[in-house]
Amino acid sequence: MAFILPPLPYPREALAPTISAETVDFHYGKHHQAYVTNLNNLTAGTPWEGKALEEIVLAAKDALFNNAAQVWNHTFYWKGLKPGGGGPPTGVVADAIAGAFGGFDAFKEQLTKAAVGHFGSGWAWLVLAGGKLAVESTANAGCPLQEGKTPLLTCDVWEHAYYIDYRNARPKYVEAFWGLVNWDFVAANLTAAKKG
Amino acid sequence: MAKLTLPPLPYGYAALEPWIDEPTMRVHHDKHHQAYLDNLLKAITGTEFENVPPEKLLAGLGQIPEKIRAAVRNHGGGYVNHNLFWETMAPQAGGAPAGELAKAVGKEFGSFDAFKEKFAAAAAGQFGSGWAWLVVTRAGALAVYSLPNQDNPVTGGDTAILGLDVWEHAYYLKYQNRRAEYIGNWWNVVNWTKVGELYGRARK
Repeated sequence: MAFILPPLPYPREALAPTISAETVDFHYGKHHQAYVTNLNNLTAGTPWEGKALEEIVLAAKDALFNNAAQVWNHTFYWKGLKPGGGGPPTGVVADAIAGAFGGFDAFKEQLTKAAVGHFGSGWAWLVLAGGKLAVESTANAGCPLQEGKTPLLTCDVWEHAYYIDYRNARPKYVEAFWGLVNWDFVAANLTAAKKG
Repeated sequence: MAKLTLPPLPYGYAALEPWIDEPTMRVHHDKHHQAYLDNLLKAITGTEFENVPPEKLLAGLGQIPEKIRAAVRNHGGGYVNHNLFWETMAPQAGGAPAGELAKAVGKEFGSFDAFKEKFAAAAAGQFGSGWAWLVVTRAGALAVYSLPNQDNPVTGGDTAILGLDVWEHAYYLKYQNRRAEYIGNWWNVVNWTKVGELYGRARK
């Protein structure tokens, strides 16, 4: 079965003014859609057809990897945001962050630094690696799944994620991103990984 | 050597309209290019490298101390690449190369159209941020390829004579996700006179 663009978990204008409806129209409607379309074109009639997305992300290279991982990364990115999100996390996530980084502010600073400091297209991540939380960035379509890590939250720092709303001011976009973080999603990812 | 500065655009911000829009030119030159220069200076000021031309630093990147190597590669590359980008574009330009460069393009690629196709494919196929390049190799031949981010061909021993910026910031305000349309329109502003001069210099 062909891959489909997963529905956006909220209306296109729901993240405004932090992320405008116009940005969502391009980012979700054009970029994310194009990765899905490319992935279907690259897999149709090949042994990859019918494989799970994660399986392709883990095994593929080059253009197939790029498109599969970008489908995965963007789906994960949208789920990690929500209107009225943000604020410091509570419960298991708060405990895990305090344990790994000393506190929420220190964690926020590390992920912000990874997002702002990543040169060129890529992603900043909160991951679970070897049972511990960690922050990292990946280039282009890079996905922590490749290294056996469990993604918990991501910030897209491709310029297309923020250029309409923030132009060159990536730090402003990253600062605003914190107001949209869906901590319930992070908690669900963490809980599932710890059970897994 | 005098302290590095940001060269002003050799034409007005709106001069490349309608192919490249004024808002893009303003933020691209005044913000992005300026930031590359500022970050390069931050890395090399007060070191033995502060008076070395940035092209030389990029050519000998392996000799740069690890502590500042990434900054020189990224921001030095960004500074040098954009200098070339602005000077190899012009209003009322486009067309085709002439003279020795025209001959070399014909010899290397078969025809100007075949060259354009190859160059456009390199630009469209660069996944993520980067540049498409027309270079003169050490052997004096022409070659086309793309490099990621702000990597400059000189680090690999080649001399860039034309570069097309395909970072999203180069086209997003006007073309959004339509990189192919940006590439197609960009041919209208290529300053082949300048590229021909750079070819002659690189061959010497």
